[in-house]
Amino acid sequence: MNGPFAWFKWQALFHDWRIFAEGFGNTLLVAVLGLLLALALGVFFGVLGTTQQKSFRGLNRVYVEFIQNTPLVIQVFFLYNGFPHLGIMLPVLSVGILGVGIYHGAYIAEVVRAGIQSIHRGQMEAALSQGFSFWAAMRYVILPQAGRVVLPPLTNQAVSLIKNTSVLAMIAGGDLMYHADSWSADNIYYGPAYVTVGLLYLALCFPLAQLARHLERKSEVSV
Amino acid sequence: MIQLDGIHKHFGALHVLKGIDLTVKSGEKVVVIGPSGSGKSTLIRCMNLLEKPSAGKVTVDGVEITAHKAPVAKVRQSVAMVFQQFNLYPHKTVLENLTLAPVLIKGVPKAEAEQTGLAILDRVGLKVKANAYPSQLSGGQQQRVAIARALAMRPKIMLFDEPTSALDPEMIQEVLDVMVDLAHEGITMVVVTHEMGFARQVADRVVFMDEGEILEQGTPEHFFSNPTHERTKLFLSRILR
Repeated sequence: MNGPFAWFKWQALFHDWRIFAEGFGNTLLVAVLGLLLALALGVFFGVLGTTQQKSFRGLNRVYVEFIQNTPLVIQVFFLYNGFPHLGIMLPVLSVGILGVGIYHGAYIAEVVRAGIQSIHRGQMEAALSQGFSFWAAMRYVILPQAGRVVLPPLTNQAVSLIKNTSVLAMIAGGDLMYHADSWSADNIYYGPAYVTVGLLYLALCFPLAQLARHLERKSEVSV
Repeated sequence: MIQLDGIHKHFGALHVLKGIDLTVKSGEKVVVIGPSGSGKSTLIRCMNLLEKPSAGKVTVDGVEITAHKAPVAKVRQSVAMVFQQFNLYPHKTVLENLTLAPVLIKGVPKAEAEQTGLAILDRVGLKVKANAYPSQLSGGQQQRVAIARALAMRPKIMLFDEPTSALDPEMIQEVLDVMVDLAHEGITMVVVTHEMGFARQVADRVVFMDEGEILEQGTPEHFFSNPTHERTKLFLSRILR
């Protein structure tokens, strides 16, 4: 039997499991560091979007609109092919971390901005009236409250981010998708390779998506 | 203690404050009354710069807070405000509401802030609620906690922006009682309210505002027994039935 999912092809895959494990590890690394970067950027630019200063809000808009309205693939290609022309050579995993981090940072900025704006204006006023600075009021009064509101959409962003790390495959990124691609390009055993990595992405994303749903239900109850 | 010079405030085309001059002396209790939309709340919010005047000068405790790069946050530490909607921090317990700012802003040690906080809660009759969350309290209790939170900063000035307007009638008195109690201890107070009984009882001076201007001011005796301005008479006749 010699179909796309023939047993000997699976055997070959199990034999080379280290390749897939390495890709899985890299994907996990890029996802975790990328998510941290996205959170940092998202909170920073999200808060900027709620300030009084027009220039700060302008910065928020430029970042969000520019990143949300261009494809992630082009952004990653720019980092990978464009930066070297500026004399900046980035290791390929860093390109992935920067790429998904900056991309999802823009989405998280919108989530954070909406979350902050859902908190009653009186909270900021109360904190300011006590002598808190704007940033301290954000840190101790507004963001902890906004955090509960934004947790479900934030978790959804984490899911998208994990899946989007697969763009690294297009620039030989050493991630899970790349290894599946290159391994099966050598031996044309595409079937088992794609099914396996698909399941591995599912294993990462499905629990997170469930968590998001759970959090969403919980926040509905408490509101 | 508080000095307003020629305060104007515009919200877009709306001219809310039209050249307000007002001086509040140390220890004085000033009650601001007037019809809805007269600019009372905007005025009191100018005193801690939650509202930035379009023109004019605000000086608090010798510091001109409307000046460029004035230490506004520093001044606000000694000017506490109580809001109509309480604005307690819902993610913090009652006691944490009282200790948050003293600990983070003034650097008071936590244990000391908690001790002070409990004493203040005891004073407003809510020591038993120290570990409750604001959402578990009635409106009147929440406002008493808000007053306690204001007191926890040991302010020189207390601003009250319609503190009883959002309360059910049966809860108004418990809040007023706390405010009367405070008034007896020499703290400077500015109160925007519709509670005429409170004004009579504690005010050193009653200020009547209408359409963004101070029309009349004087002692409660003068004010309630022989107001001079027509609009003041009209307002009082409507509110004191």
